[in-house]
Amino acid sequence: MTVNEHTQIPLSHGSACATCPAAHLQRVGIDTSNADYVVALAGNPNTGKSTVFNALTGLRQHTGNWPGKTVTRMEGMFRYGDKAYKLVDLPGTYSLLATSEDEEVARDFILFGQPHVTVVVVDATRLERNLNLALQVLEITDRAVVCLNLMDEARRHGLDIDHRRLARELGVPVVPTAARQGEGIMDLVATIADVAASRYARHPHRLLLKDPHLVRAVSDLASDLQKMYPGLPNARWVALRLMDNDPRMVEAVRSGELADLIAAQSGQMGGPGALELASA
Amino acid sequence: MSQSAPGAPRTFPLSELKPGAGAVVARIEFEGLQRRRLLDLGIVPGTAIRAELDSPMGDPRAYLVRGALIALRNAQAARIVMTEETD
Repeated sequence: MTVNEHTQIPLSHGSACATCPAAHLQRVGIDTSNADYVVALAGNPNTGKSTVFNALTGLRQHTGNWPGKTVTRMEGMFRYGDKAYKLVDLPGTYSLLATSEDEEVARDFILFGQPHVTVVVVDATRLERNLNLALQVLEITDRAVVCLNLMDEARRHGLDIDHRRLARELGVPVVPTAARQGEGIMDLVATIADVAASRYARHPHRLLLKDPHLVRAVSDLASDLQKMYPGLPNARWVALRLMDNDPRMVEAVRSGELADLIAAQSGQMGGPGALELASA
Repeated sequence: MSQSAPGAPRTFPLSELKPGAGAVVARIEFEGLQRRRLLDLGIVPGTAIRAELDSPMGDPRAYLVRGALIALRNAQAARIVMTEETD
């Protein structure tokens, strides 16, 4: 696809000022090759994740299935500045640690697919409930942006959220949005670009292990894992899952499936070749 | 966090909470994925829970947990140990 074919969609709201960078956002639609950066979109169900996805990519999307799963996979592209971003919509989940197929898909992609940025969409009106997933994502990756969505509803409920303090405590950027109105989308895009290009110092909130025996056990296990599976992205996290007796991870390590996961997910990053397309 | 010291507050299973009444989670007597699932739903020690709705057969029941209604089977609720709300 050439640059000429890229559709440029004016934002429906709040882009009237001349200094707005809205003109620099181009929604590229369905072509998924030649992306400079891969961005994963995670979030609880009913947080407006799909609205954020549509606001970033426009209406044309690329729908398929995750390899070997019945879970729908949606992708789209957008262009910002001189870079192309591939956006991968992960299934809406409350957690990355239980065993549903949805959670497995989301977790495997964040861990092994190593997206350049993971955006966690949270419902500003149910922040406490939603931060569970955000904190779990931060355990796996430090390249994250929290999209504080449904700010319009939060305002209607009289909620005032100190998003700067939230960003300080989480150690990653927090962008308030009302995606239905297009509000905050340009800030979100600019922040994604900053994190993708490593222009943001990341100090993600992580579980603090205090017991010296536990710290020792985790680091021993992590270094063993690293030896067994070179290229394992976050050995500490896998070690913690093993110590929590997560049956899915235990099985993946025992059977050697972990090596396949590392290989499969990093292979998928390149382009649409690994996608199983829907017949439509 | 709950201690089982002498004079500790009375505990009872969540399944025995009267409709409309509230209590606080003392501990969860599950392990592994069932425990994980409950934690992900926001049911952790210290969480205030109110019994909200009964289904016609009385099982499952709906509980208000951190602003969301969550249905639990009595078999699950029986292993969530509650204590009376303090302060």
